[in-house]
Amino acid sequence: MSGIRATNLVKQWDEIRAVDDVSFETQQGSLTVLLGPSGCGKSTILRMIAGLEEVSAGTIQIDGQDVTREDPSKRGVSMVFQSYALFPHLSVRENILFGLKVRKVPKDVQERRLNDAARMVGLDQLLDRRPANLSGGQRQRVALTRTIVSEQPVCLMDEPLSNLDAKLRAEMRDEICTLQRKLGLTMLYVTHDQIEAMSMADQVVLLQGGKIEQHGTPAELYEAPQTTFAARFLGMPPMNILAADQVEGAARMIPKVAGTSGSWQIGIRPENIHIAAKGLAAEVGAVDYMGAETVLRLKLGSQNLMARVNGRASAAPGETVNISWKAQDVHLFDEHGIRRTG
Amino acid sequence: MRLSQDQMKHVHGWLLLTPAAILLVSFTHYPTVATLINSFFSKGTAIRPSRFIGFDNYRSMAEDPIFWKVLGNNLWFALGTIPTSIALAIAMALLVNRAMPGRSFVRMAYFTPTILPMIAVANIWLFFYTPDIGLIDKVLGWFGFAGHNWLGDPSTVLPAIIIMTVWKEAGFFMIFYLAALQNIPPELGEAARLEGANRWYFFRRVLFPLLMPTTLFVLINAVLNSFKLVDHLFVLTKGGPDNASNLLLYYIFESAFSFFDTPYAATLTVVLLGLLAAMALVQFFVLDRRIHYR
Ligand SMILES: Nc1ncnc2c1ncn2[C@@H]1O[C@H](COP(=O)(O)OP(=O)(O)OP(=O)(O)O)[C@@H](O)[C@H]1O
Ligand SMILES: [Mg+2]
Repeated sequence: MSGIRATNLVKQWDEIRAVDDVSFETQQGSLTVLLGPSGCGKSTILRMIAGLEEVSAGTIQIDGQDVTREDPSKRGVSMVFQSYALFPHLSVRENILFGLKVRKVPKDVQERRLNDAARMVGLDQLLDRRPANLSGGQRQRVALTRTIVSEQPVCLMDEPLSNLDAKLRAEMRDEICTLQRKLGLTMLYVTHDQIEAMSMADQVVLLQGGKIEQHGTPAELYEAPQTTFAARFLGMPPMNILAADQVEGAARMIPKVAGTSGSWQIGIRPENIHIAAKGLAAEVGAVDYMGAETVLRLKLGSQNLMARVNGRASAAPGETVNISWKAQDVHLFDEHGIRRTG
Repeated sequence: MRLSQDQMKHVHGWLLLTPAAILLVSFTHYPTVATLINSFFSKGTAIRPSRFIGFDNYRSMAEDPIFWKVLGNNLWFALGTIPTSIALAIAMALLVNRAMPGRSFVRMAYFTPTILPMIAVANIWLFFYTPDIGLIDKVLGWFGFAGHNWLGDPSTVLPAIIIMTVWKEAGFFMIFYLAALQNIPPELGEAARLEGANRWYFFRRVLFPLLMPTTLFVLINAVLNSFKLVDHLFVLTKGGPDNASNLLLYYIFESAFSFFDTPYAATLTVVLLGLLAAMALVQFFVLDRRIHYR
């Protein structure tokens, strides 16, 4: 059991409260993504778990052991940094073996782990190079290999793919997932990229302003966002959030909204908006053609919304189209932006 | 005659270079060559004009016991000051590179000796070293030690000067190390910490190798300084007692302006230049290969 359990974690810097009462638990062998916008405290949480940052309050358990005040090297964690943190004066081989040498692992074990790991990630031809002579993707692989050979049960990653181009990022995403499963690692992965979170995670912890916004599987977050923030953070293009009282006929389409406070909001995913023969009249502002699909930017009264339709849309900017949606596709949020069931 | 455009370009280039070239030739190259030529001539007097004597000056230099004494002193001075001031500079830089209260004050304090002119430093230390009433003897007196003439005793005068020079130089070198340390990403230290590397291991395997370019730079400066810096001798010892603290450059000064033996001073100067050039070459070609530049 090498799951991570964070309880009421707080990090306070003078007047800034970067992490505010965060609690979550991850299962052994699972991949948990810490997701959130820039500055929400993801890195700080990760660094507290690694032991690189002191905890202001709360506790951290790894594998059932309280490690809140434990030395970083004794927590059974390895870490991949956003900048990779490779030692520029050491060869790839020496970089990978650095930790094993510190821990005085026998030579033959070092050699075996190095060869296995290097073959796994395709680095075996590059072992004598210096990091300066590697591409971004290769450096990334060296950093990965360093965590593989360490054979620590928990692996922490802080935006490991943010310096790579889109194609390489997709490849590395797969590779990291495959490795994580193959080695049975408990992985905590920080990113601000919702696509990475959706495609890799077993569990997503969505953060905002140092607090947990929602915690669940990617499907739960997508299908039942608990707040308007969660609703808009996941999904591309984001969910349409409309003031309920300004949508013509909202009462007819959404049961029970009548009679509640006027500042409630309804949310509809762009793919759930249909262009139909009859429905609400909306003006087409712009048409973004993406190949397999088209995003229509619409104006419904004074509110903007987006609709996603398959293939190429026949509508042109300036035209008026009729839109409709199914009642079960509507998400309801109260005046505090909290999800309510209709 | 008309010059083509291409030729005009060359003319312009040379015109632009001329002011600098004139300065360089008249104040650097000419004196160097003149010194070299001078060293092959005898000392001229009113009766006997100076004449070419080949290597005679060098021969008498080789037989001059003071020359060998001074050269030996300079060697000990270099060995005493360079490694100590570099080690101290690294230690101080590591210390003030950490987050701690009063960090900028400590940095300033370490740097102060560097701002002071050598003459002023020598005056301060003259007070420290003064027998009986100086700071060192006063402090030793509290513990019951008798006073000692630090600068007057041939066995303590050179170490006394070495200590003072280290005190002055280390702060200057610290600045270079501090700048280099701040260019090393903190993640390297964090990655090492996660692997369980202690401070000493991290320093030995990562920081020190990454600081090598700085060390080379500082080393060259330190070596040059150990031969160039003699201001303090004017204030503290004048090379005495019995040449126990005399250094090569000060001996050159003495030969030229106290003994008025210009050709001999020229000869010593040529030796000094040769020594400096040889050391610079060794440092560049031997050390450079082992250094990783980022
Ligand atoms: N050493 C520090 N001292 C003071 N405040 C800090 C420090 N480090 C981070 N912060 C603050 O803590 C908050 C959270 O920072 P953190 O680095 O955890 O954000 P993040 O979610 O990782 O953002 P990003 O996606 O940009 O990396 C920020 O507001 C930041 O300004
Ligand atoms: Mg971050």
